[in-house]
This record gives sequence, structure tokens and C-alpha cells, in this order.
Amino acid sequence: MSTTKVEQRERDILGVSAIRPDGAAKVTGDFSFTSDMNAENMLWGATLRSPHPYARIVSIDTSRALALPGVHCVITADDVPGKPTYGLISSDQPVFARDYVRYMGEPVAALAADHPETCRRALALIDIEYEVLKPLTNAEDAIAGSFPPIHPDGNIIRHQRIVRGDQSATGPIIVEGEYEIGMQDQAFLGLEAALAIPDSHGKGVELHVATQWLHEDLGQISACLDLPPQNVRLILGGVGGAFGAREDISLQVHCCLLALKAGRPIKMQYGREESFFGHVHRHPAKIFMRHHAQSDGRIIKIEARFVFDGGAYTSTSPAVLINGITHTQGPYKCDNATVDGWAIRTNNPPCGAMRGFGVVQACFAHESQMDKIATAAGLSAVDVRLINAMETGDTLITGQAMESIAPVARCIIETDHIPLPAPLAANAHELLLPGGSGLTASASHIVRGVGWGVSMKNLMYSEGFDDFATARCSIKEGVVYLKFATSEVGQGFVTLAPQIARSVLGLDDVVVEPIDTQIGSAGSTSASRQTWMSGGAVDGACRLVREQIFQHVGKQNNIDPLRLVIEGTDIIDQIGTFRIAVREAIDGLSISETFEHHHKPTEELDENGQGNCHTAFAFVAHRAVVDVDPELGLVKVVQIATAQDVGRVLNPLSALGQIEGGIAQGLGLAVMEEIVIQDGKVRNPSFTDYLLPTTLDAPDVVAKMIEEYEPQAPLGAKGIGEPPCISVTPAIVAAIRDAIAKDLHRIPVRPQDICL
Amino acid sequence: MSMNEFYTLNVNGQSMQVQDSWVGESLLYVLRERLGLPGSKGACEQGECGSCTVLLDGQAVCSCLVMAATAVDSTIVTVEGLDAHGAELTDVQDAFVQQGAVQCGFCTPGLIVAIHHLLDENPQPSELEVKEAISGNICRCTGYGRIFAAVEQAVAVRKASHTS
Repeated sequence: MSTTKVEQRERDILGVSAIRPDGAAKVTGDFSFTSDMNAENMLWGATLRSPHPYARIVSIDTSRALALPGVHCVITADDVPGKPTYGLISSDQPVFARDYVRYMGEPVAALAADHPETCRRALALIDIEYEVLKPLTNAEDAIAGSFPPIHPDGNIIRHQRIVRGDQSATGPIIVEGEYEIGMQDQAFLGLEAALAIPDSHGKGVELHVATQWLHEDLGQISACLDLPPQNVRLILGGVGGAFGAREDISLQVHCCLLALKAGRPIKMQYGREESFFGHVHRHPAKIFMRHHAQSDGRIIKIEARFVFDGGAYTSTSPAVLINGITHTQGPYKCDNATVDGWAIRTNNPPCGAMRGFGVVQACFAHESQMDKIATAAGLSAVDVRLINAMETGDTLITGQAMESIAPVARCIIETDHIPLPAPLAANAHELLLPGGSGLTASASHIVRGVGWGVSMKNLMYSEGFDDFATARCSIKEGVVYLKFATSEVGQGFVTLAPQIARSVLGLDDVVVEPIDTQIGSAGSTSASRQTWMSGGAVDGACRLVREQIFQHVGKQNNIDPLRLVIEGTDIIDQIGTFRIAVREAIDGLSISETFEHHHKPTEELDENGQGNCHTAFAFVAHRAVVDVDPELGLVKVVQIATAQDVGRVLNPLSALGQIEGGIAQGLGLAVMEEIVIQDGKVRNPSFTDYLLPTTLDAPDVVAKMIEEYEPQAPLGAKGIGEPPCISVTPAIVAAIRDAIAKDLHRIPVRPQDICL
Repeated sequence: MSMNEFYTLNVNGQSMQVQDSWVGESLLYVLRERLGLPGSKGACEQGECGSCTVLLDGQAVCSCLVMAATAVDSTIVTVEGLDAHGAELTDVQDAFVQQGAVQCGFCTPGLIVAIHHLLDENPQPSELEVKEAISGNICRCTGYGRIFAAVEQAVAVRKASHTS
């Protein structure tokens, strides 16, 4: 069992473990996920996808499908009235493939019918003739220019270098390695789903959808539908997890098009296999790194080359690339660097956002390198990291100053202080051994290892993006109403926002209004950004309301409003004796204020990769203890110790949930999770073949939160969502290396990597 | 497609008519789409994730793998039918909320049913018995730590109510 305990709460303000307002509905089954929604007269929608990674579409004949009783309409590229493509950064992905399909699973047609089974049968009746082409599956072929363009925009999505400092610098220690990261799936449990309801004139549509970013969806959808944005209304349906996979469009446009064509509500819901094809994944990557260091282990220079396989369409590949290469150094001082980074288009499945966003890949490489430096310098894994630990004020390889609080050394030291678990007992229960209930191992054959990983992660968006969030705070009849378009995907912003309001206003009755596009954008629930951004917006809106309350109370009681503060649930005069309950003071008052939170501006990188491209950073250390069965190549992760830089803890229970959940996903990438691709074809699109950590794989997590108030953050708190899943992966791999004394340079580590 | 099946299921203590259905429909589909009980969730269609767990004659099963029409002679209990003994939430449900075992909540109903099944059969499970009993319920958000804490709370509450 987890050894981390959570304190019980008092009033649900900032800093206490407020419980989820949607918790009771979620445990009873009453909570409405998007897939639970229905409408009168509703039809089901379904998508036909390409079986080929690369092919020319010779012809499409939908007549047999249309003739099937129960089928109402079939749509293809010809039925897209507006922009034929969409995309987050580059609009290069077709709503439906027209001339070519560029990845296995690319949508070619969609249809609406009276029953999911009718849909399935009708899809099989759409006749498509393909001319199958040889797919581009090796990113190096694209870089070399040896493969003809598979898309009008070419095969290179983005190339960026970082050149900093003395390019000829070297040192007595030189270590290098080539590292490979497999394709991970977000594998949220709540499959893609949407319900589109057309208006009676066919000139508008209401879409209930599980997404991370309502306003970005709105812009892309309305362009494809050729409808003014005000005629498209998006409402957040209940979201069953996201982890990056809901940042891109999946079924949104298809569902709206079918609803408008059929003139009836359409429900679409992917199955698990379709979900593997319907959303982007974590980029597989190949990374070469060479570190030059002093004999005492201090880093002098890093050379690196990154190749991210973006798959068939751009999605967020350009930003993932920049995140990867700008985190080459990890949380360590480094003055000199030469980095070459590529994001490549191939006929593999498209890749985009997943928790950790490019930094996961970089971290596996730089942490593997740190252990090599340690060996060469005769240092421990802890000491090599401490001697290089980054501090506030350091200059990054992009030339950007580290302005964030950077308690790297403290994260490492506090993690190191966490006690190691007891050794494996000779009579340990088989479920505790690698292989578990398979009864494959005997305790006497098991070897234990310990490994480290430390990481730096940028927070919010980068490269000049005006990354803002909007919130409205209203008070009416003593109740606070909060309105925002911030996607609640499970992370708990619906818990945090009322905590903020209670702390700022001293009122306890807080209602979160429906999350939709009837207010300005909140940006995406990604990049560890919503506590900072939407939290800042809610805080700002509540403060504006509080100011008006103080004005009102000051006027009524002849006190300078500047002397008034909130203390608990009262308003008090700081230098007098006046005191009134907030509830009483606002009697009859009705106030509404909207606030937009913008973070400080960032810049694009120049041709040498120099520029203040990131907003802020967070840090974390992980120590992994593993038991390995060397003969069968099986791993049991025993314990993860971690100390994470969080700025300030706003809700200890939620924070711990993020840490434990992120660690499980990082564990998955370390030893089990990979979408296996052969010649552009996905070989394991199911939960039978794509393995996820279960309760029996979950390690003991011992977590410490490092609280050093971040002055740049509106609430002093850093984003905490991504860091937990980043350096835990290299820590686990390092622990396996430690156990079996073998170099491992690829994740996930497979049994054959260990035992053969 | 034949849509003329009529049968009756015993769900949460009630006799429920299933009308005009296709015989190939899973119990999960019928519960969700025909009987107005969407608490059970579908997330893998292969019995791998446990989100659709219901009790069929007292056994925890994946309702996505059960053909609805074959369950006519069985007693079915879904998350909506768990007995909270007059309270708003069952002890397991309350523990999930209090201990932070719920994030996105999609796996939650299946876990709640599976843990009720475990504790009804074995009120004092060991740590490993808990882990094994719910190893067929995948949660992608929590990393399971808070779920274990919720089971601990539910066990403690049951023990206290037993001894008092």
C-alpha cells in the first residue's frame, strides 16, 4: 500500500484537501460522461478508416451502405462544406482523406444509422478502391531526402538547432549514447465521445464533447463546417481522462457534419481499437547525446541530435520538438551545447501531445547520460546530479535565464532521505515477485537495483504564444458563481476553483457553472498550466469582486476600503475594530467581474536556438527500486521515492493524486507500454495487447512536496501534472541497469532487452 | 437486422423489460442504452479494464462480455443498485470520495462494484488480496495509491461498525 498519508481538511480553502464536488456523482454512476448522453430522435455515427498506412484513393462508392435499412446518410470529403483540413499548429490534416490516405486509421468516410450494429455493417458496405503505396516509415529517410514527399507540405515538419557557447569545448570525460523511446498511448479510460445536436434550420449545431480545449476546437470545427463561430456552441461533456490525447480534433467535425446532414442528433463513441487510431500518441524518438565533463563530473558541453517521428500530420510536433531540444541539459548547469532537432512526417500514426510533451524523451536520454558521467567520474548517482544541479539565475542553453524557483538540489537531497524499502524476503509472496501470479520466479533468483532520475519541465506554452485564461466571478444572494471554459478532465480544477473563491472572498457557497464556450477561452488543459492560468483567472476575477465588496462596505461604514481585508469568513478593518461577516455584508449585492490572466510574454527561438522561449519551470527527483528476474526479463517496481517542486500545495490530496498517477504512467513507459508499429501498421490496438499498469504493478510511492513559493505564479503554485511522469521512467531503467549490470538504451524495456 | 427481441432482466431488484432489441447486444449496452442505467462504463470491450463490472448472481463480471439475452435468469446488480442502507453513499463510495480515489471517475463505478464484491466476501482482506481482487480494474489517473487508501478506509469502517 502507499505509505503517503493525507491530512484531513477543515474549511475548503486553499491549502486543504477539499474533496471533489463531482465525487459523489462519480462514485454512484450519476455523473454524466459524454458517452452517457442521449437525445431524442438520436442516431449513431461511425467512421470508416483506412486499413493502409499509405495509399491513393482510386474510388469511393457509398451506394451499398446507403441502401442498408437504418442508414440515414454517408459523408466523405465531398461533404465538407468549409475548410477541408484542420490542425492545432498547421492545418494539414484532412477532415476526410480525399486523394491519399497517409496513415493506418485515417478517416475516409462517416455515416449515421439507427443502431451501432447497423453502423458497423454499413461501414463494411462502403466500397473503396485503394492503390497501395510503399509507406515512409523511417524518419531518417525523410531527413536524407531519399523519400518523395508524402504530403504537399513535405516530409520535414520542423528542424531547429541550438548552438551555444564554445563549440570546441571538451573535457577529460566524454560519454555518449543513442537512445530510443517507443510510442506511448495516453489510454484514457473514457473513450472519445460526442453528441451533436443541429438547430432546427441546419445553420448551427450544439456539440457536447470531451475535449481539453473548447475554444480551439470551436475555431477548427466552425471553419470546417463553414459556420460562423457563434453558430457553433461547445459544451464540455464529462471527460474520462485526457493526458494530451484530447487536444487535437478527433470526432468533433465528423459528428457535427453528420448531425447537420441528417438533421438529427448524432452520438459518436469510439471503441478502444478505434481510439488507438483516433487520437495522437506520444512521439517515438531517437536521441543521440554526447556529454563532455570535467574529471569531477561537472558538465562542460552537450552535443545532441533528436529525431521525433511526428507521423502523418503535424498536430503539435513543432512544439514537442522545441520542448525536447530545449530540455537537452535537464535540470543541470551547462554552458556549451550543440543540438540538432528534427520533427519528421512519416506514414506512421500521427503523434502530438502526451503528458510530458517532448521532455519525457529528452529526460530519458539526459538521465541515462548522467549515470554514465557518474561512472566515469567515480561519483554516485546522487553526487553527479548534485554537483551539476541547476539553480535560479543560471543561464539555459537557449540563453534564457532561469527565473523560476529551482530547488533541484533540494529535490534530490529530500528524495535521498526517504528510506529504502526492506530487502525482498526469501519467502516473499509470489505476487510481490516479478511475473506475479504467473508464478515464474523464485525469490532466490531475483536481483534488486536502485536508480535515479531528475527532471526539469517547462510550464505553460512557449515561443510567443499568448497563452491566456478567462474566468468570471459573480455573487448573487450570497452564493458565488464561477464561470470558465477550463476543461475538467479529472485533474480537479472544479475542486480548486471554489477553493480559490472561498479563500479570496470568505464565502463558502460556490457553484461552478457549466463549462462551455459562452465565455472567453481558458486555453488548454495541458502543459501543467491550468492551476497557474485558469487559477490566476479565477483568483483575479474573485479579487475584482472583493474590491467591489470592500468599496460597498467601506462606503456603508465610512471606512477606507483599503483598510479592509478578509479574515476567514469575515471582513475586518486592519487598523480598527470593525468586523462583519462577508455573507451579511453582501446582502442584496449582485456583482459580476471577468478577468483574463496572461503570463509574461515569451519569444520564438532564433536560428541558433536562442531566445526566452519558455514561461516557467518545475523540477522533480525520482528514485526507483526494482526487483528483476534476469532469466525471464521481468521487472517489479518496488518503490518510487520522489520529491517534487510544487511552489505551494493548494490541495494536498489532489497534488498527491497527480504525483501517484503520473508515476504510474511513467512506469508504464519504462517497462510495458508501447504501440507496436510494423511497416506503418499498428499491431496492438487493444487493452489485451497494449499493457497498462494494474494494481499489482503499482509501486509504493513515497512523495514529498517541496514548497518554495513561486513569485511569478498567481497563487505561488507551480503546475504539477507533468513532472511526476517524466524522470520516473529513466529512474526505473537505471534501477534495472543497476540490478543486471547491462546497458539499456530503449524504452519500454522489454523482457528480451533484459534476458537476451 | 432483427430488432424484435423481448425479454426481462432482473436488475437492481426490479424486473425490467427489454424491448425491440437486437439479440447480439451485450449486457453493458442494454443496461446503458435500453434500461437507463449508464453507471456501468465501457472502455475496452474485451474484459480487460473492468469499467463495466456488475454483479451477476453475486459474481463480479465484465458486463461487456455477457450477452444480455443470456442473463434473463440471473440477478443483476449495477453501481446504481448498491445498497447504501439509507445513507447517500455506501461505505466504499464514501471512502472513494474522502480519500481522493476519484479523478476522472470513468473507472470508478466498476471499481466500486468490484470492491463491494471483495469486501462482502472477505471483510478483512490483506493488502495483496485487495490488489489481486481489483487487478482487473484499470485506472489511468490515480496510480491506485488513493484507491488502496479508500479500501483501507472502507475496511476500517466495516470493522468498526461490526465491533460496535
